[in-house]
Amino acid sequence: MTSAFAFLGDFGGAIEFIFKERESVSGGVQIGGLPELAGFGITHLWISVAAVALALVIAVPIGLILGHKGKGEFIAISTSNIGRAVPSLALLAFFIAFIGVGPGNVILVLVLLAIPPILTNTYVGVRQVDRDTIDAARGMGMSSFEIISKVRFPLALPLIFGGIRTASVNVVATATIAPLANVQTLGEPIVTPQTYGLQGQIGAAIIVAIVTIMVDLGFARLQQILTPKGLKVAQPAAAKSRRGVLSFRKGTPAT
Amino acid sequence: MMASVFAQLQIQDPASGDSSCVAENGFCPGWIADNFDRYLGPLREHVLLTVVSVAIGFGIALVLALMAHRRRWLTGPIITGTGILYAIPSVAAFFLLQPITGLGNTTAVVALVSYTLLIIFRNITDGLRNVPAEMVDAARGQGLTEGQILRQVELPLAVPEIMAGLRIAFSTTVGLATLAVFAGGGGLGSEILTDRFFQSNVVVAGGLAVLLAATFDIILLGIQRAITPWQRALPS
Repeated sequence: MTSAFAFLGDFGGAIEFIFKERESVSGGVQIGGLPELAGFGITHLWISVAAVALALVIAVPIGLILGHKGKGEFIAISTSNIGRAVPSLALLAFFIAFIGVGPGNVILVLVLLAIPPILTNTYVGVRQVDRDTIDAARGMGMSSFEIISKVRFPLALPLIFGGIRTASVNVVATATIAPLANVQTLGEPIVTPQTYGLQGQIGAAIIVAIVTIMVDLGFARLQQILTPKGLKVAQPAAAKSRRGVLSFRKGTPAT
Repeated sequence: MMASVFAQLQIQDPASGDSSCVAENGFCPGWIADNFDRYLGPLREHVLLTVVSVAIGFGIALVLALMAHRRRWLTGPIITGTGILYAIPSVAAFFLLQPITGLGNTTAVVALVSYTLLIIFRNITDGLRNVPAEMVDAARGQGLTEGQILRQVELPLAVPEIMAGLRIAFSTTVGLATLAVFAGGGGLGSEILTDRFFQSNVVVAGGLAVLLAATFDIILLGIQRAITPWQRALPS
């Protein structure tokens, strides 16, 4: 069978792998094609969504409270430094060796990867709210809870979303190596070359790259939409932060 | 899939150390003491991959940052371009590059360099931009040329932010280099991957990677202190 993409070499084969079933390298089974990859994609997506959701539930409240009280700066900032230093492959292997394989453990690993950027960004976002704004809110008779929920949280939202964006990109990227723990995500062809071959690996890599970039751009758009109108007007002044070190996306690059 | 799990369970070299612990894939200090040597080669490869990648990345990012310093409008396109590279997962990048650069350390280094660009570029530009305008004016008033201002005033004052960028780049690259095994490169990642069910192996290889990141960070912090003596005079 001659391929329309033959002139592209292995890239062409990879594109064909995405759209058309073929026999596996070791023979016997049919692999590739959209139906199989869609199955991997669904698994990939649900473990990623579950992990980011769990990380949000844990990291945002902690970040809000620490940031509001102005306590625990060291913890809030150093979690993301530590998070960066622990390789995702090492963390996953540690869980596989000590706890076992399966979706539950993979999600746990992904949650641990997602917490640091969300926690740090929430903390920084809440801290950087203008002192005068808080004083004004307190002067109007707001309780601590109201100050957090009605003033600090909305004003910190763009930065919090920056953290969610970094976390999501990391999680979606790291879910690629989940097949090492027997969870069949889009990385399945990548970690089982004996079945899928180089073209299958490249095909899966193309899909993973596209999905990750879409997640990144999607969150960038969402971040823009969620920025309160008042902040957008003040952007030029706010953009030149004194610290310069903590900008909107400062996490680890995708795995 | 199950077959490969069982294949992994048969541990190599049961003769050394406490063999029942090793056969159970446990955490065996005896085995670690006997087999620590075999991690030194991969550790050296890991150091090399990281240092070479960050060094090349720093070179490219510095050139880009100096270009953007002269022509401000370049900043946006450079950040967009390096941002796209940064968003591609490294595991995917290692395979996307293979038809072009083949299997091996070249592919690993090309991918790792591409991740350092955004981090380092942004910190250099931030650093240069945060130099107070009065300082640049004063230097110009003293008759310094643009090149002298850059070398003797702007770059030295940007050192803390540049070093912050390098520290992030180093710890990130140490982590990503564990995945270089997918590009056919060496490093600690290949040790982790070959025997990921064996607790002793995972702890040693993973632990070495974390220690390496910490070591790089301490060294860079030391260098930063040594080359910016004026920072120590500032009240924190």
